[in-house]
Amino acid sequence: MTRFLNKKEALILAAVSFLILVVLPCLNAFLPKESFFHISDFTITVYGKYLCYAVLALGVNLLWGYTGLLSLGQCLFFALGGYALGMHLMLMIGKLGQYQKDIPDFMVFLEFETKYPETGGLPRHWIPFRSPWFALLMVVVVPALVAYIFGFLAFRSRIKGVYFSILSQALTYAACLMFFRNDFTFGGNNGLTDFKFIFGHEINTAGTKRWLYIASGILLLSVYLLCRWLTSTKFGLIQRAIRDSENRVLFSGYATAHFKLFVFVLSAVICAVGGALYVPQVGIINPSEMGTEKSLEAVVWCAVGGRGTLIGPIIGAISVNAMKSWATRAFAEQWLFMLGGMFILAVLFMPNGIVGLPAQLKALKERFSKRKNGEETPPATPLETPGVKTAE
Amino acid sequence: MTQKKEFILTLEGVNKTFDGFKAINDLNLYMDEGELRVIIGPNGAGKSTMLDIITGRTQPDTGKVEFGLKTDLTELNEYQINRLGIGRKFQTPSVYVDHTVLENIWLSLEGTRSVWSTLFAKIGSTQRDRIQEVLKTIGLTERANVKAGTLSHGQKQWLEIGMLLAQNPKLLLVDEPAAGMTDEETAKTGELLMSLAGKHSIVVIEHDMVFVRQIARKVTVLHQGHVLCEGSVDEVQNDERVIEVYLGRKKKH
Repeated sequence: MTRFLNKKEALILAAVSFLILVVLPCLNAFLPKESFFHISDFTITVYGKYLCYAVLALGVNLLWGYTGLLSLGQCLFFALGGYALGMHLMLMIGKLGQYQKDIPDFMVFLEFETKYPETGGLPRHWIPFRSPWFALLMVVVVPALVAYIFGFLAFRSRIKGVYFSILSQALTYAACLMFFRNDFTFGGNNGLTDFKFIFGHEINTAGTKRWLYIASGILLLSVYLLCRWLTSTKFGLIQRAIRDSENRVLFSGYATAHFKLFVFVLSAVICAVGGALYVPQVGIINPSEMGTEKSLEAVVWCAVGGRGTLIGPIIGAISVNAMKSWATRAFAEQWLFMLGGMFILAVLFMPNGIVGLPAQLKALKERFSKRKNGEETPPATPLETPGVKTAE
Repeated sequence: MTQKKEFILTLEGVNKTFDGFKAINDLNLYMDEGELRVIIGPNGAGKSTMLDIITGRTQPDTGKVEFGLKTDLTELNEYQINRLGIGRKFQTPSVYVDHTVLENIWLSLEGTRSVWSTLFAKIGSTQRDRIQEVLKTIGLTERANVKAGTLSHGQKQWLEIGMLLAQNPKLLLVDEPAAGMTDEETAKTGELLMSLAGKHSIVVIEHDMVFVRQIARKVTVLHQGHVLCEGSVDEVQNDERVIEVYLGRKKKH
């Protein structure tokens, strides 16, 4: 059994947390704009976005890296969390919208006032979202419920491997199409945007942005610790046992479907909370966030950073997105090719991702020096890559 | 054969058809408590399908599958059947390669299996003793803290048998335990299984006739999903029908 956090790990974690949660916000808040070390309000929000993506990556990784379930639909939960909070933010705009009405602009535009006259144009299910507490509750409840129902049906029917991946992708695609429809009452393809206030604060001030960034950092740290704890328990052992030999687990008396369902719902909740913090920072949520390619991107982050480790997906999410921010400006057209190329390279040559690179290089160096010393060359083996585990 | 003697395992009139292929055809099998039974038969004789039916992986089309006097196995799924005390070892060793040998055994120890209980479970001292006992039985005490993936093929097979023992099952179903083993390992496996008989009832499926000769007291020959004959190794090996369908074709054994 691995212990939950050893001393060295705790120290590194504390140092990184201090940097992310204290140093960077201070550089943003207290340094003059001319200073080389100053971090602009724009940049701090971009960083906040990366941290939310890292949370999403941890959610994907809990499924893929630790349980062997490659879900290509985790962005659905990310987006659902975002929509739940976004609905509350829409209602907080009040009369400051383009049409200066009590209801969000898109409802005026889509003539909801004639459709839902008894509530002044606001569809009934929107009403409770006036309460921030209700919205926060829904951030967790709705994705958890969707994940529970989908997971229950999928795991009960023993859907595994690539079939599970395809189904999860179909789920998010179907949801995406549904949210694109105007009469689904969530703003159609424009989604929810033009937020003005969050929990009583103006959303576009430097202070709010900084706090949202700090909140993202705290969330990432909490999710990291949660995953770290979970993977150190007997539950974590069973998770990985399911990944490596599900039949053995099943025939050892464990109801593997229950374990998978638990992980799936937990992962959905993690993704959803990440999405809820993402939306006020980018200022918009629309159906393209649940498009299939978004979920694929999250899978690439894990693969590049190193799945099956906890730090890998975080590194992957931040580095790939930093690269994306740069590449989409420098050569926008080629970005998707670069992303695809990175995935292929990672799968072929770096099965353990960036995190596994040092060990891989060391092994390579040892082999090289052995050969140089004229020692017996090992029998011809293919490039030394620890077995690439498939999604199965 | 149908008198009310207490068998640990009863298969009566079991049939199973896959896409028109009769994998199991009116199969009758009765096992006494503490018995070590070896099942042989050519490829496609229905040996593995029979194990699938006993362990709940496959539903029989018709027939009776009972554990003890009155537990109907056809209505239960894999993990429920396992919890009754039926352990199964697969043909290819399936152990948790990323876990240590000790963790492999720990996960298999009898006890609660619910999601919540595993979140806060710790290895207790009685569990530790039990794990050591199992490790000693399968001869892997020294390797307790290495990853199971680094074990040799034979050691993995023993570890999997150890994982079954940890569950303290009443009935052990062992599918080709000696496959891919060296002669020495095979002999050791035979000794291990024989030492377990009596405490547990054991069904062993095997191809290797040397191995069968070593361990078998009673052999059942399956052919085309049906019991062809039953008896001691010598009786079976001298049976005309068996020679014709099985041994005759595999003289090299």
